[in-house]
Amino acid sequence: MSAPSAASPAASAERPRRPAALSGGALRRLAAGTAAMSLTEWRKLRHDQLDLFTRSVQPLLWLFVFGTAMSRLRAIPTGGVEYRTYLAPGVMAQAAMFVAIFFGLAVIWERDVGQLQRLLATPLPRAALVLGKAAGAATRAVVQAALLLVVVAVAGIGLKWSVPRVAGALVLLALGTAVFACLSMMIASLVKERERFMGIGQLVMMPLFFASSALYPLAVMPGWLHAVATVNPLTYEVEGLRGLLLGGGHPLVDFAVTLGWLAVLAAAATKTYPRAIL
Amino acid sequence: MSAVAADGLVVRFGALTAVDGVSLEVERGEVFGLLGPNGAGKTTTLRVLTTLLRPDAGAAAVAGYDVRSDGLSVRASIGYVPQALSADGALTAWENLDFYARVTGVPKAERAARIAAAVQAMELEPLLERLARTLSGGMLRRLEIATALLNRPEVLFLDEPTVGLDPTARALVWERVHALRAEHGTTVVVTTHLMEEAERHCDRLAIMDGGQIVALGTPAELLAQHDARSLEEVFRAVTGHTIAEEGRYRDVRAQRRVARRLG
Repeated sequence: MSAPSAASPAASAERPRRPAALSGGALRRLAAGTAAMSLTEWRKLRHDQLDLFTRSVQPLLWLFVFGTAMSRLRAIPTGGVEYRTYLAPGVMAQAAMFVAIFFGLAVIWERDVGQLQRLLATPLPRAALVLGKAAGAATRAVVQAALLLVVVAVAGIGLKWSVPRVAGALVLLALGTAVFACLSMMIASLVKERERFMGIGQLVMMPLFFASSALYPLAVMPGWLHAVATVNPLTYEVEGLRGLLLGGGHPLVDFAVTLGWLAVLAAAATKTYPRAIL
Repeated sequence: MSAVAADGLVVRFGALTAVDGVSLEVERGEVFGLLGPNGAGKTTTLRVLTTLLRPDAGAAAVAGYDVRSDGLSVRASIGYVPQALSADGALTAWENLDFYARVTGVPKAERAARIAAAVQAMELEPLLERLARTLSGGMLRRLEIATALLNRPEVLFLDEPTVGLDPTARALVWERVHALRAEHGTTVVVTTHLMEEAERHCDRLAIMDGGQIVALGTPAELLAQHDARSLEEVFRAVTGHTIAEEGRYRDVRAQRRVARRLG
């Protein structure tokens, strides 16, 4: 192992050589840290499968109770698509958002405080803390969404089943989950009191949910809600999932908007989140 | 070159000066204690040395690297175990070790060997397959220290490592820390508010009060200087008050929670 070529002999005599642990470079540390946190979440899921099943109850209720009732009423114009089919991508995205919001807020619960302090004192870039947490949330959400898709398939809800479409949907879902995980980390850095945890979670989630196209198309919304929905990242996630799983739409635009939101919120959370835990 | 050198560190939080001109040097291979009551500035000093906080004034170097200008090199050279629980209860002990090996830049080819060495150093062999949430407080602390050894740190920072542990678990944690120093020459900087523990286990210590170092030396020197039989008497002599368990609601709550988790 040799010292980096950029170091001049004079400089290397002055100060000690860089520690060997830094030989990989910042981008590699970022990738390694993010991957490690995602792997960790996968391992946790394997230890606690019950959690996965209990969290699956709520989306199934939305789909099969709310969805079935609204389907009979035919109150929502879905463009000829059976309502449960229309609703399935919305429910997938909603369940993923629930995972993401509570994932980022968990730091207020003090569950993660020690771990994040540790990670801040390692050579990991600060962005890796945020992206790692987001990747952890995405891992959990994707596994949950895959299970939901199995139930949807068994129930005979007609989606366009093809490997590229389902894979694309899960990738978009992972990105969307990362967006909301970053958003909740930003909120967590502003609200440090544990007692406010549940209230803030609900305060953020429900408006995002109702001001999106998860339950009904944008066309039926009043003007102001429509305006909110067109900037709401959940709308793009849901529309993208619908485009992929039902056909139509502009999934590439939805991918681009979701990635844009991810870049903005990840950068913002990287600035605010690490400070919140000291 | 000393393992840690701090010169005139100052940290302010608004109107509060948490660290007020702290200067100290820690020699290589030494167990150095920061002793003082809650709110004395011990943890804040540690956070400056681990680069988590930037000092408002003063300078510090750890393992030869400047904490302000070369924080990255500092972080690559240290191990840090905060007072708050840092092991993940939903993972096994081995998975915790594997996680920290991945995030502290241990090369893939060396991961297994480094984990094995840390397991041996902290005597964790029988616990590896257990979920961390089923471990006792003492086992958890040893696991956390093991995770901080994987990058072969030159300096290991331990923040109140024995809080909430029973005497047997405490003794084992200290025994392992001493073994680490004896076998690998690791420098250890530890904070504690327990006088008796500091006296017995630290080679040298700094007594802190109100953000300042009020006494510095080996336990024997401190006792002799103040003609005292215990560090408690030294503390009273240099500060004019006794070491009291204080702290605001949040501190107390946090500490109790740590104690309960570890207990």
